[in-house]
Amino acid sequence: MSSATSETRPLLEVRGMVKSFGDLHVLRGIDLDVRAGSVTVLCGPSGSGKTTVLRCLNTLEVPEAGTVRIGDVQVDFSRRVDKRTATALRAQSGMVFQSHHLFPHMTVLQNVMEGPVTVQRRPREEVRGEAHALLDRVGLASKAEQFPFQLSGGQQQRVGIARALAIRPRLMLFDEPTSALDPELVGEVLQVMKDLAADGWTMVVVTHEMRFAQQVADQVVFMDGGLVVERGAPGSVLGAPREERTQRFLRRLLDPI
Amino acid sequence: MEQDVDWGLVREALGPLLDGLVRGTIPLTAVTFVLGLALAVVVALMRLSRVRVVSGLARAYVSVVRGTPLLVQLFIIFYGLPSLGLTLDPWPSAVIAFTVNVSAYASEVVRAAILAVPRGQWEAAATIGMSRTTTLRRVVMPQAARMAVPPLSNTLISLVKDTSLASTILFTDLFRKAQEIAAPTFQFFTLYTVAAVYYWVVCLVLSFVQTRTESRLGRYVAG
Repeated sequence: MSSATSETRPLLEVRGMVKSFGDLHVLRGIDLDVRAGSVTVLCGPSGSGKTTVLRCLNTLEVPEAGTVRIGDVQVDFSRRVDKRTATALRAQSGMVFQSHHLFPHMTVLQNVMEGPVTVQRRPREEVRGEAHALLDRVGLASKAEQFPFQLSGGQQQRVGIARALAIRPRLMLFDEPTSALDPELVGEVLQVMKDLAADGWTMVVVTHEMRFAQQVADQVVFMDGGLVVERGAPGSVLGAPREERTQRFLRRLLDPI
Repeated sequence: MEQDVDWGLVREALGPLLDGLVRGTIPLTAVTFVLGLALAVVVALMRLSRVRVVSGLARAYVSVVRGTPLLVQLFIIFYGLPSLGLTLDPWPSAVIAFTVNVSAYASEVVRAAILAVPRGQWEAAATIGMSRTTTLRRVVMPQAARMAVPPLSNTLISLVKDTSLASTILFTDLFRKAQEIAAPTFQFFTLYTVAAVYYWVVCLVLSFVQTRTESRLGRYVAG
């Protein structure tokens, strides 16, 4: 990737993010920088806190301490966060869930239009055109009038991506988007994500798909025990990891039995 | 004293009983079900509130209403309140008692249905910017409604039959008409059987409507 971006400060900046659930310290001080137009892959063993980082970025979980800045919206979680600020931060990112969470009582098109029309109050006709374009982009132009249950898992996940894109976020968050899919459906979802990356979307992806990380990521962040253990270009973190924990994790991924 | 069924009397009674059904039982059922359901949603949302006082109030309301007999509630309102200086006619008394009763039972159905909508739906709605209120209206309630139809149909069918209790506070419904005709003729078996058949037919119709509603609301669900 070219490093000659005009913007000098990163689009996403996380400093000292701390989160615990009761006695369980899930995040023990996370720093993260994501440049505009780059793809960051978060990986690590289960329970390492990678999903929690993602959920804290759009306040599905509220960290106890630390700051998050996306674009011009900065939130300091060590102080009381009012609703307006939280909503403003949330509006900066679109989220794709492991199990899509599409609205089952709405058609595919309605799912995509819901955010722009109901929340952002944009004109329905304008949104309809844009929603069709988004569905076309994820390869589902013909499925607009279907209900989610009529689609395959991979198609559902692609609708989830279109729904997240529809609110025009600055940053796309993916929480293990292929982990709940049958193996033969993983490729179509990763392909859509690759296309988005090629189009210049800024993405933070929690995934175990190391081939995707190798091919698409600009930065790989390896987490364990609520801390960032190692970070860098995929070639170094995945190709020549320095840390013993990273090496052990990658060995287990490649040779699970 | 044994009697043969007096078919002439049955024919004579059909009209007045139908009148009691159409002008008493059905309006009372319809009005109190709609009001009761609206109140049930309010009570269910209060019960789900994170504010302890609010959820406590709702809990107490449900406990008192469900824990006391409907007949006693009717008597308190119609025969009891006048001694406190508040005299109500049979119709408003019945509407109040049945609305309160329906709301308590239905609120638990509504609450359970809201809780049965997966948490991921709330989260997905939040990520596209929805407030809690909008999420409830656009995402959660439509899904909860589908799940609530079978148990609410039970409530409605019970209500149709329970309205016969309103005859004890002088409300002219199907059952009171049957009593009025039976008393001078001593044809209790005949008249009450005709009344029972009327109730049953109404409930048959409601069961049919339930099936239709379920399939209409369930069109987006596999299988």
